[in-house]
Amino acid sequence: MGLSVNLKKKVNGFSLDVAWEIGNELTVLFGYSGAGKSMTLQMIAGLSIPDAGFVRINTSKLFDRSKGINVPPQERHLGYVFQDLALFPHMTALDNILYGSNNTGKSGRRESAMEMIRAFHLEGLEEKYPAELSGGQKQRVAFARALMRKPYALLLDEPFSALDNPLRIEMRRFLRDIKNKFDVPIVLVTHDVTEAYTVADTLIVYSNGKVIQKGKPKDVFDNPWSAEVEILVNSKKSL
Amino acid sequence: MLESSVLFSLRLSFQVAAVATFFIIVIGVTVAYFLAQRNFRGKELLDMLFTLPLVLPPTVTGYYLIILFGRNGLIGKPIYAWTGWSIMFTWHAAVLASFVVALPLMIKTTRAAIETVDKNLINASYTLGHSEFETAVRVILPLAKRGIMAGTVLSFARALGEFGATLMLAGNIPGKTDTMPLAIYSLAGSGEWSQANGMVILLTLISGLFLYFANRYSKRII
Repeated sequence: MGLSVNLKKKVNGFSLDVAWEIGNELTVLFGYSGAGKSMTLQMIAGLSIPDAGFVRINTSKLFDRSKGINVPPQERHLGYVFQDLALFPHMTALDNILYGSNNTGKSGRRESAMEMIRAFHLEGLEEKYPAELSGGQKQRVAFARALMRKPYALLLDEPFSALDNPLRIEMRRFLRDIKNKFDVPIVLVTHDVTEAYTVADTLIVYSNGKVIQKGKPKDVFDNPWSAEVEILVNSKKSL
Repeated sequence: MLESSVLFSLRLSFQVAAVATFFIIVIGVTVAYFLAQRNFRGKELLDMLFTLPLVLPPTVTGYYLIILFGRNGLIGKPIYAWTGWSIMFTWHAAVLASFVVALPLMIKTTRAAIETVDKNLINASYTLGHSEFETAVRVILPLAKRGIMAGTVLSFARALGEFGATLMLAGNIPGKTDTMPLAIYSLAGSGEWSQANGMVILLTLISGLFLYFANRYSKRII
C-alpha cells in the first residue's frame, strides 16, 4: 500500500530523475525552489507527462511509459491543493466544495459537502465567494474540495506559502488532523525548513532534479549525507 | 414619419443581426476555445483565415462568398442541384454575409479571454474528476464571460451595420433584402434625403445606445 514513483523528464535544460516509495504517511518533498518538487507532484497527478518511469498507487498503475499506460488526471482520483489554491472565483465556498465530487447522487453530494463544511469549520461561510474569505478560510475550502472525492492520495504544492507565520503554525496542526482523519499518503512540497521538520513523517530532500537524501526528519537533520543536505537543513539548527 | 419601408428595413436589420449573432456565439466560442486551448498543426493559419474578413474589403469577402455559395459555387451548386434553392438574393444571404464579416470580432475577444483564464483553475478541475467539456462549460467559459459578452456586442453591432458583403451576396432588393445600411445607400442615391436622414439618425441612436448599455454591463462584471 502507498505511493511509488519513478520519474524521468527533461525540459528546457532541466533534468529530473527521481524514484521513491512511501506508505500512508505524511511525506515532505524538501529543497530549494526549482529542484523539481512541484514537477514531481504534477507528474503524479497526470498534469505533466514524464519521459520515462512509472507512478503507482496501492496496486494500480497510473502511469507506465514502457507499457503505454497513462491514466488521465480526471481518473487518477488524487486530491491536489495548488500553491495559489486555485479556488474557482465564480463559485461560492459550498459550490467549490461540491465541485470536488461528481459521482454520487445529488442529495448525497450535498450531505457530504456539509460534512466537509463542519469538519473544516466553515459553518456560516457556505455562500461566501473566495474573494470574501480570509487566507486561512480559503485554505480550508481548498482542502475540503480536494478531499470530497475521498482521494487515494493528497498532493500539496506549498499550500501554506502565502500565509503569515502564526497561521502557518496553525495550519501545521491542521495538517496533522487531516492525516489522522484521512488515512492516505500525503505528499507536501515545501522549501520552508521548519515546516519540513515539524510535519514530516518522512523527509525526501531534493536538489537539482535528484533525491539526495530520504529518511525520518530527525535522522536527516542529525546525519546529513552530504554537505549539500547540511547546508539545506542548517538554518534549522541555528534556531 | 416612420414609413412602412423604413420599418421593414429596421426589422430586417435586427432579424439579420440577431440570427447572425446567434450563430456567431455558437461557432465563435467553439472555434475560440480550440484556438486557445489546443495545439494542432495549422492552428495559426486557421486563426488567420477566420480573421481575414476583418481586414479585407467587405466586397472581397462577398466575392469569395459568391464563389463558395453562388448558384454555380463550390458549395452552392450541389445545394442548388439537390434542392433547387440558392441562398443568393435572400435574407439568409444577408445573415451569411454578416456572420462571416462579424465572426472574427467574436473569435478574437473570446480567444484572448479564454487564454487569460488561470491554467491552475483548469488543472484543478481536471484533478477533481471533471472532463474537458465539463471544465469548459463550468469553469473556463464562465470566467471568460466578459470577453464573450464584449465579442457578442461588437459582433451584433458589426452585423447590424454590414453593407459591402451583403450587397454582393443578397443584393439590394426593396422589401426583401434591403437592410438599413442598404436602404440608406438607395435613398441617398436617389436623393431622398429626408428619409435617409431619419434612417441615419435612427441607426446611429440604436448603435450608440447598444454600445452604451454594453459598456455599462461589462464594467459591472469586472
